[in-house]
Amino acid sequence: MIAYDDVSLTYDDAPVLEGFSLHIEAGAHVALMGPSGCGKSSALDLAAGLLEPTSGTVQVGAKRLAYAFQEPRLLPWLTAAENINAVLSDGLETMPQALEWLAAVGLSDAAEKRPDELSGGMRQRVNLARALAYDGDVLLLDEPLEGLDKPLREEMLALLSRCAEGKTLLLATHDPAQARALECRVLRYQSKAFAAER
Amino acid sequence: MKLGKQLGRAALVLAFWLGIWTLLARLVDTALLLPGPWAVAKRLAELAVMPDFWLTTAVSLLRILLGAALGIASGVLLAALTSQSRLLRALLSPLLTIVRATPVASVILLALIWLGRDILPCFIVWLMVLPVVWANVSAGIEAVDGELLELAAVYRFSWWRRLRRIYIPSVMPYFLSALRTSMGLAWKAGVAAEVLTVPAKSIGRYLYESKLYLETTDLFAWTAVVVLCSLVIEKLVLAAIGRMDKRWGGGGQT
Repeated sequence: MIAYDDVSLTYDDAPVLEGFSLHIEAGAHVALMGPSGCGKSSALDLAAGLLEPTSGTVQVGAKRLAYAFQEPRLLPWLTAAENINAVLSDGLETMPQALEWLAAVGLSDAAEKRPDELSGGMRQRVNLARALAYDGDVLLLDEPLEGLDKPLREEMLALLSRCAEGKTLLLATHDPAQARALECRVLRYQSKAFAAER
Repeated sequence: MKLGKQLGRAALVLAFWLGIWTLLARLVDTALLLPGPWAVAKRLAELAVMPDFWLTTAVSLLRILLGAALGIASGVLLAALTSQSRLLRALLSPLLTIVRATPVASVILLALIWLGRDILPCFIVWLMVLPVVWANVSAGIEAVDGELLELAAVYRFSWWRRLRRIYIPSVMPYFLSALRTSMGLAWKAGVAAEVLTVPAKSIGRYLYESKLYLETTDLFAWTAVVVLCSLVIEKLVLAAIGRMDKRWGGGGQT
């Protein structure tokens, strides 16, 4: 469950969100859609506890929360497999699991490569695999398929759709196809606020 | 092939400077003012067979290494503490500025009043190394990528995982740079302290006596010992750190 109640957020004296309210029941999927800078990522950061609202409250009812950031945020000194394993036990016992997730996003051959040896799209897939491997009750996805070509996007959407089943999902995207594929209730940014799509 | 080329180039550079030294020594033509490289090498070989030479070198080495190790450990500890507390940083940073600005000779003479001459070089090395390590490691901690710390917060990294996976690899290049600087500094400050305090078994005492009795060849030979020790220790320490850096999945360059 994620609940935003009359949340306002100001960043560097500029209002990012104003009077934002949204209740996402456990297991529901919601997509925030709108242009860049409209506050989609900030809404996700608030749910992740990375930002504090200027006013209002944000509540998240989850034991574990996974977040696929817009920019991959991989640890540059670790390999792709180690990056995934770092959010698991970080020990040898979960390495096979990390490798399985890497295979699921089609990167078995890149397990030993460090982020600077991967393309932007590959880094994005490691970011996604890491979030899925963590197996959170809540899944936050910020433009998760940015930089992937169409066939890969579809493949990753199918994987996401399978993995997000039963989880609370909040997706930030500008691509309606992603929201549809993940069966999301859509909130679109219009007239300076997010409103349910009819 | 590449190694052979490098060694060849190093030998050429060495031969060039030995040639310049020899030429200057011939021009001066007084060993009292400038002994030639062969005279120094001969004296060094003579010293090396004296039992006291190795004991003296070992004791000086131990004093300097102990001071450096304490300086490194306390520098890292202070950097970790002051990065957590602004008050502590505000309280301690004037000390850092004073220690860095004070001439080593003044500190040595002052410390001579409070401490015994055997322990003083160790104290001076500690005092010289500490601010370098403290400042560099603090800069490294401040430069840790905030986005990676957010990642650690979301995925609930334990403090140990944060340290191992984020802080140590991020700070490692700063730490290595501090180590490189402080190793040279440790030798210079340590030997300077020995020269001024003349402890019983020390390279500094031999340097002081060489100067006192105008034995310039001995002065050069003992200086060569200091330079060699410094080079060997620096290479050994950096090799060890490079291995450690790899082990921690480090982002540092050795």
